[in-house]
Amino acid sequence: MMEINKALHLDNKIFTSDISQEPIRKGFGQGLTESGHTDTSIVALSADLTESTQMEQFKDNFPDRFIEIGVAEQNLVTVASGLAAVGKKPFITSYAGFSPGRNWEQIRTTVCLNDRNVKIVGAHAGVSVGPDGATHQMLEDIALMRVLPNMVVVVPSDSVEARKATIQLAKTNKPAYIRLARDKTAVYTTEKTPFRLGIAQLLIEGSDITMVACGPLVYEAMLAAESLSKQGISAEVINCHTIKPIDETTILKSANKTRVVITIEEAQVTGGLGGAISELLSEKLPTRVFRIGVQNRFGQSGTVAELWKEYGLDSISIHNTAKSLVESKLNA
Amino acid sequence: MKVLSHKELELKADNIRQDILRMLAHAGSGHSAGPLGMSDIFTALYFGGLMNYDPKKPEWDQRDRLVLSNGHINPVLYVSMAHAGYFTREELKTLRKFGTRLQGHPERVRLPGLESTSGPLGSGLSQASGMAYGLNMDGQKNQHVFCLTSDGEHQEGNTWEAIMFAGKNRLRNLTAIIDRNNIQIDGYTEDIMPLEPLAMKYQSFNWHVIEIDGHNFDEISGAVNQAKAIFEKPTCIIAHTVPGKGVDFMEFDYRWHGIPPGKQDLPGDPKAKDQLKIALNELRTLKGKILSEHE
Repeated sequence: MMEINKALHLDNKIFTSDISQEPIRKGFGQGLTESGHTDTSIVALSADLTESTQMEQFKDNFPDRFIEIGVAEQNLVTVASGLAAVGKKPFITSYAGFSPGRNWEQIRTTVCLNDRNVKIVGAHAGVSVGPDGATHQMLEDIALMRVLPNMVVVVPSDSVEARKATIQLAKTNKPAYIRLARDKTAVYTTEKTPFRLGIAQLLIEGSDITMVACGPLVYEAMLAAESLSKQGISAEVINCHTIKPIDETTILKSANKTRVVITIEEAQVTGGLGGAISELLSEKLPTRVFRIGVQNRFGQSGTVAELWKEYGLDSISIHNTAKSLVESKLNA
Repeated sequence: MKVLSHKELELKADNIRQDILRMLAHAGSGHSAGPLGMSDIFTALYFGGLMNYDPKKPEWDQRDRLVLSNGHINPVLYVSMAHAGYFTREELKTLRKFGTRLQGHPERVRLPGLESTSGPLGSGLSQASGMAYGLNMDGQKNQHVFCLTSDGEHQEGNTWEAIMFAGKNRLRNLTAIIDRNNIQIDGYTEDIMPLEPLAMKYQSFNWHVIEIDGHNFDEISGAVNQAKAIFEKPTCIIAHTVPGKGVDFMEFDYRWHGIPPGKQDLPGDPKAKDQLKIALNELRTLKGKILSEHE
C-alpha cells in the first residue's frame, strides 16, 4: 500500500485522469503579479518573450514597472543589475537557452560576484518544449547556474508550486534562478501544500528505493511509484524543488533508509540534479545512485510523450529503471 | 569637497599619475597606459565639482554614480578615491596583493564606494543604463550616472545593446565617457576592429555626442556640464586621450596597455630598472616645464 504524505495536502485526484493540467510557467506569472502588488520595488524585464514567459499579467497590472529590452539577453541581465543597484528587485525572463544560456558571464560577473538581487527566470527548459527542437530545449541551465557562488536554483514541479516559489523568492535579497517548463503539467499540489525554499518534500514514503525528482518529472516519478507499488515495490518520492542549496537532511535520511537512489530531471544529468545528489551522497553517505535525465545528448523535435520516451524520462522508463535497481539490490 | 581650479586640477592629476605608477610598480602587474590616459578625466570628475559624492558615506543615496566599465584601468579609480578620502593612500600599496580591498579588477562588495564589479568588457554601460532608468522611475532628477568605458570594448555586442536601450529610453541622466585612446591589447583599434565613425554611430542611436580633448580641463568640465543640461537624450563624451599620458616612453604605445613600470625591457624604452624613476621624474618636472624637481 502506497503511503502518500498526508501533511502535504496533495490533490485528491492525483492519480486520476481528472487532475487539472497547467503549464508551470503560468504559476510564475501569477506569483510575480501577486508579489508586484505587495512590493512596489519589483520590476519585470522581458526580452521580446513577454507572453510566453507569462509576464503579460504583470505588464498589464504595472505598465510602469515593466521594461521591454528587446532581443538582447546580455543587456537584459546587465540592465537588471543596474536596476538592482538603485533598489529595484528585477525579475528577468527569456527562454532558458538564451538566459542564462547566452548571458552566463554577465550573470556571473554583474549579478553573482557583484551580489545584486536579480531573479533570472528561464522558461522553456527541458525536452518537453517539444516541436521547437534542440536549440530551444535548454538542458544545461541547472549545471550553469548551480556552479555559481551566490546563486539559488529552484525548479518548481507544478504551477501552484511555481507561484509559491516566485512569491518566496521575491522576498529574498539574493540572486536566484527559476527554471520553468513550457508544456502543461499535472497540478498535483494544492494551495494548502506547505512550501519552503530549500526544504525538499517527501511526497510518498517508501522503503525499497528513493526517487529524487524536480520539475515536471516529479509527477512522472509519482506515477511510477504508484505502478511500482502494485508490483510490491515501495518507492519513496522526494520533490527536490530547490537544487541549490540542496536539502541535505531529507536526502540523506531517505538514502540511509533505502540505500539506492534514482535522480530524475529533464536536464543533462551532468551537473544537474543528478550531479548535485551524487556529490552529496558520495561525500556524506556513499550510496548507489542512478541518474535519469538527458545523457550527454541534445534534444530534438517531437511531442512531449515521444521525447520523454526517447530520453527515458516518462513514468514507464522510471518504473523499469527503479524495478531493476531494486531487484539488483535484493540480489546483491 | 573643495572644488579645484583648473590649474590646481593639473597638479592634482599629475600627483594621481605618480601614485598610479608607484602602485603599479609596487604591485608588479597591472595596466599603465589607460590609467595615465584617463587621469585628467577622473581628476575633473572627483575634484572639479562635476560629481556629487561623500567619501564618508559611500552609500549616500543622493550621490552621482560612477560606473567603471573597463575595470582594468582601476588604478586611476583607486588613486582618485584615495585622494578623495575613501581610504588612505597607504592602502594603495596593497593593490593586487592577497587580502586587499583593491583587487586586480574592481570588486564592489570588497570596497565601499565602488558602484560595480567589472573587468569583463562591455557590461558597464548596461548597468549604468539600468541605474539611470531606475533613478528616473523614482523621479530622482538630480542624480547623474557616469559610465567610463574604453574604446576597445565597443567591439562587444553588449555595449551596443546598451547604447540602443539608453537611446530608446532617452536616459538624460546618463553620460558615457569613452576613453578614445586608440589602443587595445593586440594593437591599434582601427587595425584590430575599426570603431569609426564612432560619433556618428552614437548619434544614429539617438545620443547626444561631444568630442573633446581628454586632457583639457576646460573641455572636460564644459562637456560634462553640457551633458547634464541636455534634456532629451543620453550623452556620449568621446574623450580623445593619449595612452600613457605624461610619460614620454609610454605615450601612444600599445605595448604599455597591460604592464607596469619596472617589469620588463621593451625595445627602445628605458631599461626596466629605470622605468619608474624616469617616469616619475618626468611627471614631477611636468615633462621639463619645471627645470628641476627642486625649483
